[in-house]
Amino acid sequence: MCRTVDLHQAVLAKNDENALALRGYLGDRGTVAVNLLSSPGSGKTALLEQLLTRAVAGGTPAAAVTADLATENDATRLARSGAPVRQILTDGLCHLEAGMLRRKLEGWLPEGTRLLFVENVGNLVCPASYDLGETLRVALASVTEGEDKPVKYPTAFGLAQLVVITKTDIADAVGFDREAFLRGVRQVNPGVPVLETSARTGVGVDALLAHVLRCAAGEETHVPVLAREHERYLRSHENGHEHGHEHPPADGHEHGDGHTHGDEHRPAGGHDHTGRHEHVDGREHVHASTRPGVRGQTR
Amino acid sequence: MHELSIAVAVVEQVEEAVRDQGRAVESLTLRIGELAGVVPEALDFSFGLAAEGTALAGARLLIETVEARGRCEGCGREAPTGMPPVLWCAGCGAPLTLLGGRELEIVRVTLADGRPEVRDEEASHVPHR
Ligand SMILES: [Zn+2]
Repeated sequence: MCRTVDLHQAVLAKNDENALALRGYLGDRGTVAVNLLSSPGSGKTALLEQLLTRAVAGGTPAAAVTADLATENDATRLARSGAPVRQILTDGLCHLEAGMLRRKLEGWLPEGTRLLFVENVGNLVCPASYDLGETLRVALASVTEGEDKPVKYPTAFGLAQLVVITKTDIADAVGFDREAFLRGVRQVNPGVPVLETSARTGVGVDALLAHVLRCAAGEETHVPVLAREHERYLRSHENGHEHGHEHPPADGHEHGDGHTHGDEHRPAGGHDHTGRHEHVDGREHVHASTRPGVRGQTR
Repeated sequence: MHELSIAVAVVEQVEEAVRDQGRAVESLTLRIGELAGVVPEALDFSFGLAAEGTALAGARLLIETVEARGRCEGCGREAPTGMPPVLWCAGCGAPLTLLGGRELEIVRVTLADGRPEVRDEEASHVPHR
């Protein structure tokens, strides 16, 4: 006889645990993380430089972590904004994982940082699967990349809470079909906000920063159709309330008493996410995705 | 290619789960949704590399793919989302609720112990609801 062991474990459970812990860590410090996803050459670094410069000038303490396979060029460039910047070299890994980010932040993230921009590795496939403890996930595409980017990379654009078009100053020159792009976005992510920007002319950068700040202030963020129940829970969780505790992984997950849920939560999907039910509901989702042990045993 | 990272995560989790059993792994079954952002062929290839020198070396990787389906809360229409997915209702234009398709799970492991046995239902690539 052979033995079959039922596991029913989420493959990304470890990352989800790290993301949950990171979200708690950031929440305790009043920091809101923004995860930026795009392909290489989309103009993400240029836009980020603008964002940081304006945030700093406007009195919002902001910082950035930029991930690259190699070289520290981006960090050097971003540091010109005056914001604290750190580089993560992934040594060839094509995406950031929550644990890598957490290790980088601990002992570095300046006290009082309000916004933390995380420039993910330039890649629209791999980073999409990894929750980094962010409050806002942004997918970017430049007008030079073609209108079909959203449908070609449905996970990246489908899980975004905001889509940003970059380099719009050359949209006409390259014949960017805006309507086709927006149709593709709507197909994989109905209702997601879309902002158009140009880092060169500065168009749309203030609107983008304002959007980020509204999310940081606890305003309801878009919930993508593609987001699973536990992801919705994880993302909407820390907005607008305090974390007085560490989040232990999986089974140890418990909420303290002073922990209230504001009105900003809307029902996600078909579930009734109101009052304490959401809490119970959410906890179950977290369990379902991070259950560590062996269930079942032999049969 | 994050499939290699995923394969490494799978190998680590399975090794941890079966460590006490002291047996080699004969096969393992993963459930992967169409919209999980994982390419099964790439994962299969990566798994071979990740399993080398572990209790999973030579194990057979069985992949159950899960079709992505959505339901319209407006008109109740329920259908596969297709690939790339269409996540708004073709009937009334409302956003859908995703019923499945983003699964990425280790379902079960079969340990080598005498006669290896994998039931047909485990070996086939049946779309799951
Ligand atoms: Zn409908």
